[in-house]
Amino acid sequence: MSISFFYRIFATALASFAFTVGAQEVTLLNVSYDVSRELYKDINPAFAAEWQAAKKGSITVNQSHGGSSKQALSVAAGLEADVVTMNQSPDIDLLVERGGLVAADWQQRFPYEATPYTSVTVFLVRKGNPKGIKDWADLARPGISVIVPNPKTSGNGRYTYLAAWGQALQKHGNDAAKAKQFVAALFKNVPMLDGGGRGATTTFTQRGMGDALVTFENEAALIAREIGENQFDVVYPSVTIEAAAPVAVVENVTRQRGTQAAATAYLNFLFSKAGQDIIAQHYFRPRDPAVLKKYAARFPVVRTFTVENALGGWANVQKTHFADGALYDQITERR
Amino acid sequence: MSIVKPAENNANGSEMSSWAKTLILTVLGRMVGTKLIVLWESRHRSRFETNAATREATWVKALILALSLSFFALFLLMPLAAVFSEALRKGWEAYWLALKEPDALSSIKLTLMTAAIALPLNLVFGVAAAWCVAKFEFRGKQILTTLIDLPFSVSPVIAGLVFMLIFSTQQGWFGPLLRAYDLKIVFAVPGIVLATVFVTFPFIARELIPLMQAQGREEEEAAVVLGANGWQTFWRVTLPNIKWGLLYGVILCNARAMGEFGAVSVVSGHIRGMTNTMPLHVEILYNEYNFAAAFAVASLLALLALLTLAIKSWVEWKAEQTAPPEARTE
Repeated sequence: MSISFFYRIFATALASFAFTVGAQEVTLLNVSYDVSRELYKDINPAFAAEWQAAKKGSITVNQSHGGSSKQALSVAAGLEADVVTMNQSPDIDLLVERGGLVAADWQQRFPYEATPYTSVTVFLVRKGNPKGIKDWADLARPGISVIVPNPKTSGNGRYTYLAAWGQALQKHGNDAAKAKQFVAALFKNVPMLDGGGRGATTTFTQRGMGDALVTFENEAALIAREIGENQFDVVYPSVTIEAAAPVAVVENVTRQRGTQAAATAYLNFLFSKAGQDIIAQHYFRPRDPAVLKKYAARFPVVRTFTVENALGGWANVQKTHFADGALYDQITERR
Repeated sequence: MSIVKPAENNANGSEMSSWAKTLILTVLGRMVGTKLIVLWESRHRSRFETNAATREATWVKALILALSLSFFALFLLMPLAAVFSEALRKGWEAYWLALKEPDALSSIKLTLMTAAIALPLNLVFGVAAAWCVAKFEFRGKQILTTLIDLPFSVSPVIAGLVFMLIFSTQQGWFGPLLRAYDLKIVFAVPGIVLATVFVTFPFIARELIPLMQAQGREEEEAAVVLGANGWQTFWRVTLPNIKWGLLYGVILCNARAMGEFGAVSVVSGHIRGMTNTMPLHVEILYNEYNFAAAFAVASLLALLALLTLAIKSWVEWKAEQTAPPEARTE
């Protein structure tokens, strides 16, 4: 009798614990990449206010940030994300491959192939541009030092590498050998590779290394705001890559937690007028044409290409550039 | 460690921080200073310099002292001072705001809770293991001692990954079981506690084993001969003998439990306000260009460490006073 009594107390305690943790209100976990922290800090309260205004109760969105691929692997290993918001689609494809955490047709579930915003790869140089860095060719000049995050571990670095490659292809009439030569010359100017976008920023701004930092437009704008407008200039190259940030609902987590509706509403909010406006405020290029027009002053028109339209898609890029022993390894090995 | 009180008037931040820096330097300087005075006291000089081995030219002594003191200042005092001056760069207002922000508060709570769970567990285990190893002879004792040391020799990151492999709901050994009962270990508080317990495992046992070995078994044997049972022997004889060593081990264990980064980082999942410990929160703030807040939380960790060290010195001093000389390990 006493055993069953204790068992009952234990079970009640456990249940009440689970209740206070889980069922008090709706919570979502958004697992995201490294430099989207500031964006979701503003998005989440706005979404919660809208959710509450629609009489759906209170909702809290928790955040987890880190290197994009590392975060995707954490979700694959069981980090219970309701939604993932990444900066490159391979990180979401990985979740499709690993036991179908994300539906295979995730790109059809939301508008614009499930990418609420884009960013472009730009250069950040020291005030007054003392080394006269104007375009990609300048980065490969001898004597220039370029800071880039590691393409193997960070989406940001991967886009930088692909931007350099893509523009060289365009310039030399799709001659892969010439492109390889150019990218090799550029990476010869890279003194060290940081693990993630933020690490590279800190190296350039705080430790004062390098003549140019190659990073996303939004990160460059944030640096100007946070660290001082008078220390750096943003340089838009003649042509660059457009990076679309994909989002997806993690199906089997939301099914288990009963949060499908909330998770879908959350991601839909990113595509709403209000969401797009917050996105533009953080210097990400919104998809909504009206919002883009409103903030046109922030987003200079620049000629861009994408992985899909110029480089044969992510699967191809992954295979020919970033697989072990593929082009990227060959280029950096020769340093 | 003296507590730094905010001044009444609204002096600006840089003045404050330099003031705090001076205070810290003075306190630490005084600790070093007393040793210096003792060293140069003539009584000691006459006592030591009768021995040829200690009769060195004054400049040699001065050089060696200057070298070691500047090394001490450069590698220990400067970083400490830097943490506090960075933390107070934007003034006490910003410092206080950074600490009472909900995410910071929850990280402080989680860190204290983790330490509060890890400590008693390791206390019981450490005493049991040390008792077993030091007072009994058995086959495989050497292997047991080596295993106790394992968390010291394994990199904390590996320790974290091991827990991922075992408890991950997707790929872990216990994955199906955890999924079936909807339990979460990694990417949740239990995983953080487990990782912390693992890395702080050896501290107490390691502290006690040499002490108990040096003390030998005679007193316990005498107690048994006089008719004491096992518990009586432990509570009345063994525990009083080891209490200062035990306290010292607990303090070291606590310092590590609160400061652990590597292993916890792997299993935490970095969910703000839920699974962020103080060291992880410092990293997050730093990566968000929130340098003042990052150093504010870091300074709190440093204060906890200084407090721990102060208690440690007191324990050492106390142990030296109470323990008979042959039972001391250091």
